[in-house]
Amino acid sequence: MNLRNLISPFYAWKRALEKPFTIRKPLVEREGPPLYRGFHTNDIELCIGCGSCEEICQNAAIDLRRVDGIEPKQGDSGLRPSIDYGRCCWCALCVDICPTASLGMSNRYNWISDDGEDWVFTPGVDDGGWNGDELGYRRAEGSWLLDPEAREMPVTGPDERRRTFDEYAGGYGPADAAAEATRCLECGLCVEACPTHMDVPGYIGAIREGDLDEGLRILYETNPFSESCGRVCTARCQDACALSQLGRPIMIRWLKRYITDSTLERRAAVIGDGSAVRPTGRSVAVVGAGPSGLTAAFYLSRFGHRVTVFERAEKAGGMLRAGIPDYRLPAGVLEREIAAIAGPLVELRCGVDVGRDVTVKALREEYDAVYLSVGAQEGSSMPIPGMDTPGVHIGVDLLARLALGERPDLGGEVAVIGGGNTAMDVCRSAVRLGSKRVRVLYRRTEAEMPAAVEEIEEAREEGVEFEFLTSPVGIAASRGRLVVTCQRMELGEPDASGRRRPVPVEGSEYDVSVDSCVMAVGQQVEGGFATAAGVKVTRWNTFEVDGDTLATDERGIWAGGDCQTGPDDAIKAVAAGKKAAWYINDYLGGRS
Amino acid sequence: MSTAARQTDPWYPVWAERPSFDLASGKYLKIWQGPQHPGVSGNMALELTVEGDIVRDCRAHVGYLHRGFEKLMERRKYMNCFPIVCRICVPEPDFNEHLFASAVEELAGIEIPERAKWIRTLTLELARIAFLTMGLGGQAGSFGLGTVGQWCIVHRDYVLDLFEELTGHRIYHMYIIPGGLRHDLTPGFAERTEAVLRKIEKLMDEVQKVLFDNAVIMSRTDGLGVIPRPWVDPYGIAGTNARAAGSSRDVRSDSPYLVYDDLDFAPIVGERSDAYGRSLLRKREILMSAGLIRRILSRIPDGPVRVKLPNPLHWKVPAGETFVRAESGRGEMGYFMVSDGTGFPRRVHVRGPSYTHAMALFEELVRGVSIADVAGLMASLQICPPEIER
Repeated sequence: MNLRNLISPFYAWKRALEKPFTIRKPLVEREGPPLYRGFHTNDIELCIGCGSCEEICQNAAIDLRRVDGIEPKQGDSGLRPSIDYGRCCWCALCVDICPTASLGMSNRYNWISDDGEDWVFTPGVDDGGWNGDELGYRRAEGSWLLDPEAREMPVTGPDERRRTFDEYAGGYGPADAAAEATRCLECGLCVEACPTHMDVPGYIGAIREGDLDEGLRILYETNPFSESCGRVCTARCQDACALSQLGRPIMIRWLKRYITDSTLERRAAVIGDGSAVRPTGRSVAVVGAGPSGLTAAFYLSRFGHRVTVFERAEKAGGMLRAGIPDYRLPAGVLEREIAAIAGPLVELRCGVDVGRDVTVKALREEYDAVYLSVGAQEGSSMPIPGMDTPGVHIGVDLLARLALGERPDLGGEVAVIGGGNTAMDVCRSAVRLGSKRVRVLYRRTEAEMPAAVEEIEEAREEGVEFEFLTSPVGIAASRGRLVVTCQRMELGEPDASGRRRPVPVEGSEYDVSVDSCVMAVGQQVEGGFATAAGVKVTRWNTFEVDGDTLATDERGIWAGGDCQTGPDDAIKAVAAGKKAAWYINDYLGGRS
Repeated sequence: MSTAARQTDPWYPVWAERPSFDLASGKYLKIWQGPQHPGVSGNMALELTVEGDIVRDCRAHVGYLHRGFEKLMERRKYMNCFPIVCRICVPEPDFNEHLFASAVEELAGIEIPERAKWIRTLTLELARIAFLTMGLGGQAGSFGLGTVGQWCIVHRDYVLDLFEELTGHRIYHMYIIPGGLRHDLTPGFAERTEAVLRKIEKLMDEVQKVLFDNAVIMSRTDGLGVIPRPWVDPYGIAGTNARAAGSSRDVRSDSPYLVYDDLDFAPIVGERSDAYGRSLLRKREILMSAGLIRRILSRIPDGPVRVKLPNPLHWKVPAGETFVRAESGRGEMGYFMVSDGTGFPRRVHVRGPSYTHAMALFEELVRGVSIADVAGLMASLQICPPEIER
């Protein structure tokens, strides 16, 4: 130690002349840096209230609550996240997981309120003054915690599938199914969107856990046609899926198919045939063995009621059998499902035409309750000349013949009129029947087509041509062929369905020469057979029911499915059958 | 056995022959320093038995700061643990983030991108600078030299400014995430880091003059809390405390993690093992870290900073166990993690260096020290109670 050591500390005085590090006055509000994780922002129009933020929050700081002016709708729970700033740890995992990227954080960190309630804050609704701030934490590219990519299903190439009615979609393997199931957020928006409210997160969770029997049991809780729906369902659940906002939805339909396809030999053991249920002694007649009638029969018999199903056709299945070609829904699928529905309390009487062989009134007297589910089987035609010309077919009739194993020759060139899923089934079947040139003529544009987008795409892959904004005005035979006279259309004002109405263009007629022409322009309900029993019908000939219970005005008679709604998809028919089963069970005094 | 005897047999601990003191005699007095005390570097208590102003015996008590992080993690999904680990140790959150992430990555078999490794190393070195600078200030403050304490705290804040810019927060960064980093370096980060490093180097010059060349400090720290070299292993001494005692123990060079293998450096081994020597070594390590940061910034490769992980809500880590460690500012820090193959860690154990330093070693070193120097001794060991408790 020396003199220097005594003097050295005084060096600190040098700093006394410098600008001070900190100042007390004036108080300057320092702005947070651009990536600062400050108070939350939320674009509530973008947010769908899926609750992923709530799920990932490690401190339970986020709660979803109702917000004035936001109504629940398909794919939107109507709830919005509110954050308890007494619990929030500012980790921003909620921002990183948000499936819509509506959540963000501002770079504001200073907020003073003397009201403790203010600490529970609904971003985007409550205004702290930072809504719409540009700066603050936003998740970086590649930081999204979710996977936007869906696992692809193995599909036969278009050239190969043109030649055969065999099923072309291969189904997931275990690895793909598990990976796809892992993407799920379990938000439950799909459950709400599904007409029969299948427990989608439940069975997807069962796939993740590897417990497929449990998955199958969950499927049969709400839908005894899961194997069919796993192939042909319109999958509203996927439209509602939170992941569809920024990526591809979970392939819920394929996952459902994976469960049913992987548990074929265990199905009977897992579901049971209902023999363990104590019979109630009550009986129900179900008219029509389509998806709706058989669903009602399944649940009613599992409640202990004796069910007799009357079917006009030789085989049960309804439109699932007659309306969907084999390449989408192989016949074996339906056989298995009908076999699983069967049980000691279910009696299936095929070849009985209710209305002709036995009246509804007689059924009502013999049985404790009647469920009408005859579907919409009558194909519509068009009010144009030449509809009875040989070579003009009705779409649903043609599909029914295919279902019976017939393979009619439609000739080299085919015109299909219509833009719905039946039109797609017909045109793709025509390709498989050997027609070289298949044209779909639709009076609106592709955007207005009611057919599923992937159906349209796959039809195109198989070589089907599309002509839009055209409608036939007459058909005539000419030298062994058909001449379809068409008129060009243009889009006018929106109609009741919200789609723009096609308006004919005067003087734009032209001829299309084909070998056959198929009308796929809708189906109709034949509801008249039940009016004698007192069941009211609407002007479209569909049954009039109470929307909540599906009960008709006639006590003891219910109606549901296509015959009540008009032509719709299988899952809505299943939903109606299930709903009717519950209300009929209530009516019969049974327990659920 | 006398202290001298214990120095020859370091495996013979102080509590094996803890003497009893007759408090009724009036010769001895019991004084509690802590759990709330400016001379204690956090919430822990020193139960001192003094004779005059000389400490004859000490019992260190912890348990005032227990937050149960290890238990909390057993009920949280892996990704949900990520925001809470940084809270285990306030001065050095990044080591907790890195160790948690690397333990999960090891169990799950995830290889993070090269760029992420470099930037992780950068943040860890910045964290060391921030901690050691604050520690130097604490050391000065504990001897009444508040000016240097304030300088150091301000300069730590310059580093925190960098963290704030890079990670979005000053203290709880939550930047190192399983799978890599949350986002890339911000534009201009290297230049701003360089400016801060220059400030730190200038500060170290001044600290040398005001603190290390200061006659008062020199005399008060001389011979305070000498750790003999043979104690290093039996007492589990790590970090700067061990290196000042002549050991070259440094996880960065002993078992290199991240990119330390590529950085070509040797641990600094000190010559003096008292409070003065340890502080001087820390000053040298701050400058060494500054050098490492410059080298890292000049060599960070391009590329992604994160790999895609499965959906965090259903992420299951394969069963297994691992122990990962890193050299924090206080010394070797480790995470022991056990996975039973579910979505929740079965056990996470945090092994920080402060426990042995604060309990066994401190109780031994404090004997014979005057009360006025207890705080200085504690600061010289860089004890961090939050990390003892978890």
